[in-house]
Amino acid sequence: MGALQLSQWQFGITTVYHFLFVPITLGTVWLVAGFQTAYFRTGNIRYLQLTKFFGKLFLINFAMGVVTGIVQEFQFGMNWSEYSRFVGDVFGAPLAMEGLLAFFLESTFLGLWIFGWDRLPKKVHLATIWAAAAGTALSAYFILAANAWMQHPVGYEIDPETGRAVLNDIGAVLFQNTAVIAFFHTIAASFLVSGAFVAGIAGWKLYQAKQVEVFRPAAKLGAWVILISAVAVSITGDMDMKIMVDQQPMKVAAAEALYATQEEAPFSILSVGDLSGDSATTIIEIPGLLSYLATGTWSGPESTVEGINNLQEQYVATYGPGNYVPYVPVTYWGFRLMIGLGMIAALYALFALWSLRGGRTPRSRFFGVASGAIVFFPLFGISAGWIFTEMGRQPWIVFGEQLTADAVSPLLTTTEVWVSMIGFTLVYAVLAIIEVALLVKYIRIGAPEAPVEDPYAEAKKDDEKQLYFAY
Amino acid sequence: MELTTIWFILIAVLWIGYFVLDGFDLGVGMLLPVIGKDDLRRRVMINSIATVWDGNEVWLLVAGGATFAAFPLWYATMFSGYYLALFLVLIGLILRGVAFEYRGKRDSETWRKRWDLAIVVGSALPALLFGVAFGNVVSGSQIEPLAGTPVGTDFAADAGALNYTGTLFNLLNPFSLLMGLMTLTVFMAHGAIYLRLKTYGEVRDAAKGVAIKVGLVAAVIAVAALLWYQAFSERVAFTLPLALIAAVCWLAALFMVVKGRDGWAFIFSSATILFAVTTLFVGLFPNVMLSNVNDLYNLTVYNSSSQQYTLTVMTIVAVIMTPIVLIYQGWTFWVFRKRISTSMIPPQPESGRADDRFAGAAR
Repeated sequence: MGALQLSQWQFGITTVYHFLFVPITLGTVWLVAGFQTAYFRTGNIRYLQLTKFFGKLFLINFAMGVVTGIVQEFQFGMNWSEYSRFVGDVFGAPLAMEGLLAFFLESTFLGLWIFGWDRLPKKVHLATIWAAAAGTALSAYFILAANAWMQHPVGYEIDPETGRAVLNDIGAVLFQNTAVIAFFHTIAASFLVSGAFVAGIAGWKLYQAKQVEVFRPAAKLGAWVILISAVAVSITGDMDMKIMVDQQPMKVAAAEALYATQEEAPFSILSVGDLSGDSATTIIEIPGLLSYLATGTWSGPESTVEGINNLQEQYVATYGPGNYVPYVPVTYWGFRLMIGLGMIAALYALFALWSLRGGRTPRSRFFGVASGAIVFFPLFGISAGWIFTEMGRQPWIVFGEQLTADAVSPLLTTTEVWVSMIGFTLVYAVLAIIEVALLVKYIRIGAPEAPVEDPYAEAKKDDEKQLYFAY
Repeated sequence: MELTTIWFILIAVLWIGYFVLDGFDLGVGMLLPVIGKDDLRRRVMINSIATVWDGNEVWLLVAGGATFAAFPLWYATMFSGYYLALFLVLIGLILRGVAFEYRGKRDSETWRKRWDLAIVVGSALPALLFGVAFGNVVSGSQIEPLAGTPVGTDFAADAGALNYTGTLFNLLNPFSLLMGLMTLTVFMAHGAIYLRLKTYGEVRDAAKGVAIKVGLVAAVIAVAALLWYQAFSERVAFTLPLALIAAVCWLAALFMVVKGRDGWAFIFSSATILFAVTTLFVGLFPNVMLSNVNDLYNLTVYNSSSQQYTLTVMTIVAVIMTPIVLIYQGWTFWVFRKRISTSMIPPQPESGRADDRFAGAAR
């Protein structure tokens, strides 16, 4: 493998890894803020216990998200310097804004939240977690706007002298429909992930008959969050698909492994073979569904979905000779895993709400195992979705403007990338084991037992008093 | 003033902010085994920075992001050229960041020792390597066009072809290593001075001798590095006085440590960093990365910047956001202004719970 392929692998490994922590953060921070607000308004100690319990898990997860995020900001320049040169004028702006508007907000206010229990008035302390939550959402917006520009570049022109992109409309970059939909789709999916995180863990505690009174409401809330976000994910995903047909038809074709342009295009649930367009055997398919997803019509000329082979011909005519087809097995299965894993979570939510109805506490082994497992399903689903999106854009790094192959740092040696890739992978692997072990440990410990020491108790002005919380 | 000049100044300000702020928490991290003789003292040290280190580190992220937005060719050339050095910095920052959060989460001596090591190494690597990187930026490294790129006398048009052609070992030249030792020792002393300000009792007492001893070593190294730097400076008439002001501030900081005036000591050591970084940037302008191959190959604010429109947009964002950030970050320091000591560190009951199977398995 050359520096290009290694850099692609490194970017894939570090980004997929980083994005395991991000969706949990994006949703859970709001749920923790919700628990704390419920405590603030009702004074019910149960909500404080939940704030503390899920707050701790959130922070264990957040620490990993922060440190792996630094790598992201640096590696555009490190491994993709030709990309950075080409797009810096456009792409750098949302990245810098993310730092100034979002990173400062989330890091500062999370610091205040973690250590501020006995330092801040009750109301102000509650406000800090909301401010941190707003920071995480802002951060998601800017980075998704930057990514949307790679999927569908707008608001720029190519400088004829340097051949580099030059920004001419920041509003178009920040608010194009690709960015807005990607944001809502990702946020909705992150809530799905976080709903499963909360419901699954709470369900496990119920199965174990530990602190049932505390975890019952959490399991219920988590299940509702899953259901509502599943609906939101479907709606935004549908809107995204219709935009994509317009902007990245090749990605849509690759999602279905649709080789020939056709009306009433079917959607295959399962197929075997090499997906090369010739030998694939579809086992289950729904006629016209792909057409409906892509165009909103089931049949007729309106329902035409362009196929890979036809698009390839068009692209060769537009961009010159080359292979413009993404790696279809990954896009095909990535797309299906994304949808399938999300749907399993929605089924779990229905099952959990049924099991919890009318004050029941489910104790079946099946419920326990399902709860433990469900934490991972939407998490891998959202991951599959992003792998689909990014792989589906290939061979472009900026669609229609720059090929990934032309974006790599020109003098990077294979030795350098091997060193960094092995280094990151080893460190990440060790940290993953530690992180999961810590999560398991703190799930096992459970929520602090009631009566919980009131974090806002008086006499905190005493200088000699022990800190309420310290590392 | 031209927008490129404004952004050169803004990026200098971001680096000053980063070095002043993360400088002390990198310093405290490196001093963990020196001043933290027992676990309680180490926890005092860690908690003295725990509330602010993450916010401090954002200055680095924003410096990186701002460089990308305002001077993409500078960002691309520096980050790809100094690849392995930055990789080491990243590994350091990763280990260190996780260590703060995870260190107290298990009651095991080995566990804590390993995270302490992560904090020390993770603090020392960036502290050293940022100095080395800046040494190369301001003194010049092997920057030249890629082989085969047409190069005329009118070079500005194809500055996009400029790349660093050396290796990691070329970066470790004597001047840059001296610069690295300067940031390492200055941050260490700056950290000790911060501990004087933020703690009382054993930690504050121990920090005094460390601040003075390390501070004197740092003074010698910094004076040597900054005098050597004048050989590369574009305008010695400004940079030499600035370097001297930095030196005077440093001595004032150490004097205030002796006097027990903790606040003043910290103000002076922060001022030292401010003037030292300023002298580097003043001497560099209008270049942003010097080439030691040919002056024509210098990256400058003119040939590596974004266009007017992007710079205008970013200027508006920076003008609005920077004061807001400074206000709430300043407020955090105010909220956590209280000094802490060993008597104030609460036990960590959860870290040693009996049902900690993971701990049992590892034992």
